[in-house]
Amino acid sequence: MELNGADIVVRCLAEEGVDHVFGYPGGAVLYIYDAIYKQDNFKHILVRHEQAAVHAADAYSRSSDKIGVALVTSGPGLTNAVTGIATAYMDSIPLVIISGQVPSHAIGEDAFQECDTVGITRPCVKHNFLVRDVKDLAETMRRAFYIAKTGRPGPVLVDIPKDITMATCKFVAKRGEVKMRSYAPVVKGHQGQIKKAVQLLLAAERPMIYSGGGVILSNASAELRELVDRVGAPCTNTLMGLGAFPASDDKFVGMPGMHGTYEANMAMQNCDVLIAVGARFDDRVIGNTRHFAQTPRKIVHIDIDPSSISKRVRVDVPIVGNVKDVLQELNALYAQAALDSPPDKSALTRWWQQINTWRGKQCLVYEKSDTIIKPQYVVEKLWEVTGGDAFVTSDVGQHQMWAAQYYRFDEPRRWINSGGLGTMGVGLPYAMGVQMANPGKDVAVITGEASIQMNIQELSTCKQYHLTPKLLCLNNRYLGMVRQWQEIDYGSRYSESYVDALPDFVKLVESYGHIGMQIENPADVEPAIREAFTKYKDRLVFMNFITDQTENVWPMVKAGRGLTEMLLGAEDL
Amino acid sequence: MKHVISILLENEPGALSRVVGLFSARGYNIETLTVAPTEDATLSRMTIVTEGSDEVVEQITKHLNRLVDVVKVVDLSEGPHIERELMLIKVRAVGKERDEMKRMADIFRGRIIDVTDKVYTIELTGVQEKIEAFIGALDRSAILETVRTGVSGIGRGERVLKL
Repeated sequence: MELNGADIVVRCLAEEGVDHVFGYPGGAVLYIYDAIYKQDNFKHILVRHEQAAVHAADAYSRSSDKIGVALVTSGPGLTNAVTGIATAYMDSIPLVIISGQVPSHAIGEDAFQECDTVGITRPCVKHNFLVRDVKDLAETMRRAFYIAKTGRPGPVLVDIPKDITMATCKFVAKRGEVKMRSYAPVVKGHQGQIKKAVQLLLAAERPMIYSGGGVILSNASAELRELVDRVGAPCTNTLMGLGAFPASDDKFVGMPGMHGTYEANMAMQNCDVLIAVGARFDDRVIGNTRHFAQTPRKIVHIDIDPSSISKRVRVDVPIVGNVKDVLQELNALYAQAALDSPPDKSALTRWWQQINTWRGKQCLVYEKSDTIIKPQYVVEKLWEVTGGDAFVTSDVGQHQMWAAQYYRFDEPRRWINSGGLGTMGVGLPYAMGVQMANPGKDVAVITGEASIQMNIQELSTCKQYHLTPKLLCLNNRYLGMVRQWQEIDYGSRYSESYVDALPDFVKLVESYGHIGMQIENPADVEPAIREAFTKYKDRLVFMNFITDQTENVWPMVKAGRGLTEMLLGAEDL
Repeated sequence: MKHVISILLENEPGALSRVVGLFSARGYNIETLTVAPTEDATLSRMTIVTEGSDEVVEQITKHLNRLVDVVKVVDLSEGPHIERELMLIKVRAVGKERDEMKRMADIFRGRIIDVTDKVYTIELTGVQEKIEAFIGALDRSAILETVRTGVSGIGRGERVLKL
């Protein structure tokens, strides 16, 4: 059947089972938008800024395991999208971005709304394509989806010149999975290596399991839980891995790293066998690598990406493979081997006694107040009101850390945040993507008065598509995390970290047609949240909590310091 | 330590920039780089000479392998291999220098491939050290222009890098 390029794009999206596309039209994609107008396989969500289109598609992926799709025009459409693409890339989120390009003959002539899309995005995509012939278009689209979702996932961009979208060629429906000679990701782990890991675990006196975003990406939460239970080891989830192992389980010791718990960091440092699963020893997780290496321990590292292995930390047993497949095999081999040579239960008991001593520090306890709203308190109340079962997105800063520390996630794909790139402004567009992928579910956005203003225009998109996230703005009138670092490391010189001339958020959200609430007393926190999730269940609600201006995130490991050189509070400064 | 990395990659527009971009983005250093299509026109063969510890070079090869356009990567320095570089060098050749230059070219097994009454252009191939020795053996002021291809490498014996 003869189709034009625009129709081929739409057909290919339907072939991949796409049901939502987030985008913004412009000159170079008009044929594609015309094809979208004539189809009903998927719904198009018109955002108010291209950055938000990519963030929404990204969260759509994160919260559902479907591939998010964003569609933007050439030039500024694409450059606006770059922050979103880089955000997804840093967190290995599968995504397909379609960008319009000026007509082939105009490329390189500095045409109107032209930019070197493939060049600009090259360092922040898993792969990108410039389509040069309409005959290659369908295969390119199929490759984009295949590359995005297999191996270590990531965003893939397809740049399509306008003339290609109007040119026609024969379209043949997809037959079978894509094959590429230059791209064949490893799935199964090396069995010999897995056996070595089993031997280490059986001989371990102080085992520790450290799991990251890879467990969530490969849907290996059940396998992780099985491993932790079999071994009886403590488990820590990184910022990207929260929810993979339930926070309510006694074996969960909290998040590790810069703002991790005392017990998680102490256990990371003092274990004798560390199993890293889909985690990458990020600087925010293990701090100074030399300090980390000071204590001898055996490290097993399970990761799908060979380049993640021994990048920052030398490991003893690398296992390259899909986390889910490797864990299944590891669990089976461990169960078998544990029958023949059971692990030393008394050593494990002593290890747990040690961990419980560390837990005794109660590092997340904060000073309560009847007069001023503590930000941590808001997050705790959100957790209570939603029964710990909401999808929670956050922006970036102090509120993000409090959300990670105090909202105790029991399920994967519920906590949606920008971990690697740390992109302020993701919270609201993330909530849009989450709600599109999970209709009828409670969605909360934990944000700050600075982050929210970076994509606040999306309140309009929410109105148009009747999206109803509940926004909890922890408003401390500061760029809180910047202020915290300035207080600790820059002699309290608060250079440009005060947010002056804030809008009246209540009136602002009301003008977009939503519900605004102003909350200034601790006693009003819980009733406000409850009202938002019950009375206003079907509305977007913006709760402006006026919080303690000087509250800091504790514990804290200062940048460049060792993991156990923790400050537990202001008294340690 | 110096490493010679051979890469087989799709002969696609932009593939070269992906490799070069990887080196600059991750702070790796490229000493020389050569690239051309192979006998199979859909594939290019690239040789990169880089400097780095074994850990760094291990990371480089892993990251190269991660590029979707890259089909195969091998660190030739891990085994016996052959390196060659081609230089074209233009030298002043006037009066008694003409004989001198001819002799030098012969000693290094170079070939004079272009002649005028004032200038010889010499083609020389060999390992990097030989090329540098030749340059060192000439009077600096006699060298008018040099152009070098950078190193091409291939494994010795049965060692083959192909699909």
